[in-house]
Amino acid sequence: MATATFKIWRGDANNAAFVDYESEVSEGMVVLDAVHQIQAQQANDLAVRWNCKAGKCGSCSAEVNGNPKLMCMTRLNELPLDQPISIEPMRAFPLIKDLVTDVSWNFEVKTKIKKFNPRPPDAEDGTWRMAQEDIDRVQEFRKCIECFLCQDVCHVLRDHHLHKEFIGPRYFVHNAALEMHPLDTENRLEELKESDGIGYCNITKCCTKVCPEHITITDNAIIPLKERVVDQFYDPLRKLFRIFRSRT
Amino acid sequence: MTHPELTLEERRFGETTRQDAWWLQPLVVFLGLTTFGIYSAWAAFQNAHYTFGPYLSPFYSPELFGSSYHSWFGDKPGWWPLWLPFSPAFLILWAPLGFRLTCYYYRGAYYKAFWADPLSCTIGEPRKGYRGEHSFPLIIQNVHRYFLYFALLFLIFLSHDAWKGFWFKDGSGTTFGVGIGSLILVGNVFFLGGYTLGCHSLRHLVGGFLDRLSSAPVRQSTYNCVSCLNRRHMMWAWMSLCWVGFSDIYVRLCSMEILTDWRFF
Repeated sequence: MATATFKIWRGDANNAAFVDYESEVSEGMVVLDAVHQIQAQQANDLAVRWNCKAGKCGSCSAEVNGNPKLMCMTRLNELPLDQPISIEPMRAFPLIKDLVTDVSWNFEVKTKIKKFNPRPPDAEDGTWRMAQEDIDRVQEFRKCIECFLCQDVCHVLRDHHLHKEFIGPRYFVHNAALEMHPLDTENRLEELKESDGIGYCNITKCCTKVCPEHITITDNAIIPLKERVVDQFYDPLRKLFRIFRSRT
Repeated sequence: MTHPELTLEERRFGETTRQDAWWLQPLVVFLGLTTFGIYSAWAAFQNAHYTFGPYLSPFYSPELFGSSYHSWFGDKPGWWPLWLPFSPAFLILWAPLGFRLTCYYYRGAYYKAFWADPLSCTIGEPRKGYRGEHSFPLIIQNVHRYFLYFALLFLIFLSHDAWKGFWFKDGSGTTFGVGIGSLILVGNVFFLGGYTLGCHSLRHLVGGFLDRLSSAPVRQSTYNCVSCLNRRHMMWAWMSLCWVGFSDIYVRLCSMEILTDWRFF
């Protein structure tokens, strides 16, 4: 059976470094399998967060050879096994231990976003009517599994640490799902411009590249939201048009 | 927004554990845009060899003032300062340049390739401070839709040029014909059309701003068409950039009698 070297990030926020582990690899293995094998055979105290092993829970996010990935969905035969495989925790969040990071900041951000606020029901039985094509657009955003790989890869959080001023791609997707919803009546554009910091996004599309659910984050969520912010705050013609329309 | 302090590790410029050729894409973008920028600036300053027969180089179209028969308002205007070199291209190139400079695709590409912000995904950055497009000067990028309006106008002018590229003057008057140059100018409109009509701002303006597109069927069809082109916006951006440069080179070489414009009929 073939063997491969895995460089796994070990330690806590105060003291951590890569530790090399040699481990056997077999056909069909994913990175998470290798980590579990190392945990079982060589490093019983290795901390790793995981759950479904099917790419749907978003727990096992890490950086494999420097690329943010779900460990359970990264097959070893896609990696160059003749060189050591590096496995690190997400760099945009504080390290707890080994491969486990504290992602609670994300959940705090979510609580600040205005909730879904539907228009009054269309029918007497309290239900609404929506066209399928209207809901198709926001359906894409509902695929998000909250793995936070997009947050991890975003250089605004990862390198510039603007967590206080910028909510990150995941929450622009969440905003888009609400803002573009055919039933929603809430306006979130001022928050997007001011406290959510959508202007910090410089469209590198790294978030789109790492999304395991293949959500077109930049083109379908962030840029359309940027355009809506332009409509409301930066387009003088639109402003004039709105004033004119409100008077007639 | 208040959050508990996050203590994160600072990373050095270029720091990464990526093993792939992450540097290749920014390098190609850097070389591609630099080459195009230098060539287009050189071509704009020439003020010569921009027409051949019925063809007009897209770098000089529309020719508002100039010495060729394509000129709309005659020769160099009297108000043009004597100390300033004149070229018809100077009067119009700001519009396509502004459109590309503020384009969502190009923004992402040149922030990486020219400003290393970031150089590539997950690669350590050279500087700590960051304002993005949140404040001056890059907040000006929000003007993109206004450049789009000009780009749409230019598409009409270039389509007219392409049509004129099929009408050749000879001894018996003006006759219809097809030369290699005619097809090149049609190709230019095709690629520029694919790029301009797939613009993110256009996608928003034609219907993206609505939450219930189904209530506006014409808008919905237009939105779907623009979205279709938008999915390959990067490809259209590069194809149109290369083709517009190629069109200018072709007209220039024909005009300099280095190339012969081969006529099908």
